[in-house]
Amino acid sequence: MAGGLPKRILRETEKLLSEPVPGIDARPDENNARYFHVIVNGPKDTPFESGKFKMELFLPEDYPMTPPKLRFITKIYHPNIDQLGRICLDTLKDKWTPALTIRTVLLTVQGLLSAPNPDDPLANDVAAAWKANETKAIATARQWTRIYAQV
Amino acid sequence: MSDSDYEHDDEDKDNDDDEPDYLSDPDDEFFDQVEPVLKPPPGLMAKEPRGPMGYLDFKFTCIGPDELMSRMHDIVKQVNAIFELPPCTTRILLSHFNWDKERLLERFYDGNQEKLFKDAHIVNPFRQARVPVGNSTILSVDVICDICLMETSHKQLEGLECHHLFCIDCWRNYMRTRIEDSGNALAIPCPHGKCDILVNENIVYRVMQPFPDVIRRFQYLSAQTFVQQHKLMKWCPSPGCTFAVEANSTRGVPVMCNCGYRFCFSCSSPAHEPVSCKYFQLWVKKCEDDSETAHWIHANTKQCPKCKATIEKSGGCNHMVCRNVNCKADFCWVCLGPWEPHGSSWYNCNRYNNSNAKVARDGQAQHRQALERYLFYYNRYVNHMKSLKFEDKLYAQIEVKMRDMQKLGLAWIETQFLKQAVDSLCHCRNTLMYTYVFAFFLTKNNHSILFEDNQRDLEMATETLSEYLERDINSDSISDTKVKVQDKSTYCERRRQVLLDYVYEGYESDIWEFNMM
Repeated sequence: MAGGLPKRILRETEKLLSEPVPGIDARPDENNARYFHVIVNGPKDTPFESGKFKMELFLPEDYPMTPPKLRFITKIYHPNIDQLGRICLDTLKDKWTPALTIRTVLLTVQGLLSAPNPDDPLANDVAAAWKANETKAIATARQWTRIYAQV
Repeated sequence: MSDSDYEHDDEDKDNDDDEPDYLSDPDDEFFDQVEPVLKPPPGLMAKEPRGPMGYLDFKFTCIGPDELMSRMHDIVKQVNAIFELPPCTTRILLSHFNWDKERLLERFYDGNQEKLFKDAHIVNPFRQARVPVGNSTILSVDVICDICLMETSHKQLEGLECHHLFCIDCWRNYMRTRIEDSGNALAIPCPHGKCDILVNENIVYRVMQPFPDVIRRFQYLSAQTFVQQHKLMKWCPSPGCTFAVEANSTRGVPVMCNCGYRFCFSCSSPAHEPVSCKYFQLWVKKCEDDSETAHWIHANTKQCPKCKATIEKSGGCNHMVCRNVNCKADFCWVCLGPWEPHGSSWYNCNRYNNSNAKVARDGQAQHRQALERYLFYYNRYVNHMKSLKFEDKLYAQIEVKMRDMQKLGLAWIETQFLKQAVDSLCHCRNTLMYTYVFAFFLTKNNHSILFEDNQRDLEMATETLSEYLERDINSDSISDTKVKVQDKSTYCERRRQVLLDYVYEGYESDIWEFNMM
């Protein structure tokens, strides 16, 4: 694959730009077609509503045989996302298959914001707080969204 | 039972006939329990080399890497004689049941077959159209591969029975990634995102044909998975060894790999007969833990009776003044009571019966006793372990002696007895080492006393053999040496066998009482 970009990445990029996922803006970096700047809008009726969450996405050399690398840049209070913005998502790890795409991964991330799963935590303290007092945890998440997730 | 009962025949009369005599001494109070136990079945004595101890029906074989594949194919064939399915399908089914044929057969005929295939992640072989997937000629127009999004001629498409087709290049990349990174070659799913049908060996061989390195790795992983899944197989844990051992039971019995390494078939630790896996692990943990440090602190230091700070006596005077600035208690080291009533008797304490002081003293005595007990067994265990390491040196010395003997005109085969004697010595030391672990957890009763007597017999015989081998060989003529060494090592092996049989019989008749400590 020296030099040229695989057709698969070109096609995916084209499609992402022409028919974007609702609530998600993903565009490649000017200098690196494998690096994407992503902004995810917090889904409605969640503590992340009205937040704009910046993410970075990178397609490794052997993509799509290995999954894209994805990370939140904006601070977020979520049991499956840790301090560094790393995401606990099976499709980004062992459940990845080459038939999945950037689009499907971003949709899953959106889904994770709508349905936090404190039983399979990455950020243990957040997950513990989430389980101990969900109302309070949701309030904190809302507060963080207001403070950090405004672009 | 007095010591003298046992000492008479050890040094001078250790030929075969004398040995059981004292054990059948009718005056012996343990005669009734001993008699059936200490006479091993005649067949066992004849076996050489001695197999796994105690469990006579336990059998094992060592399997090399090439044989392993054929063992796997044999099982597939056996099952296929009944099922008549494609071998690659049967193999996935067997793997799903951890290579337990009986369970697979049971499920296959009793249960819901549709569910069975679904659970095993394969397409029901009775329902699929028997059209070879790779060469389907449905269309001749170009299609788009869902992975690389390139237009591909239909001939280039490949797929499993689930009919999710992708171009051969994508398949190759996919399999290479999965086979090179994954630890389980039998659990690669179809690349389609929502399909969990497993990749079978046929498609691997078909697609990866031009890449023998990947195929070799696939076969290696298959064998790896096969042994890991098979309940009656274990890899030899010795570093770099490629053999596996197959047995007819999962019991914790020592097995010996072709490479010479002896290990426990149940827990894969170094052979630890006669102690069971459970107590062996407990022992290892105990030795690794800091718990013994705590014991030491309890046994060799005392606590200030007021602030509980740990103190160690550093001078001769029994008048202790706690150095804790907030405490500064004055007390007596001997009775741990307050110093005041001691008046001017600086070095002696006769106030023994102060009740608080007594509790403190008793607690400490207990800790001290537990530590002493542990150290007693630990020292003996470590001593044998160290001796066992020195026997490596002995092997080298013996090698030299064997060569010297050959120069004096003996045939190579005639000198082998020396090496065999060192082998026996090592076996006995290994067993002795773990008898101390066994004894540590054992609750004292009549059986444990008998066990200790057996243990002592073996220990004395082993030490004598060790001495012969290290020192006495040169002093006698070769033929005398040979008789002496052979007699002694035979005797040692026999004592070892008797000890192990006694322990294993005890396991089966449940006479051992253990204390978890």
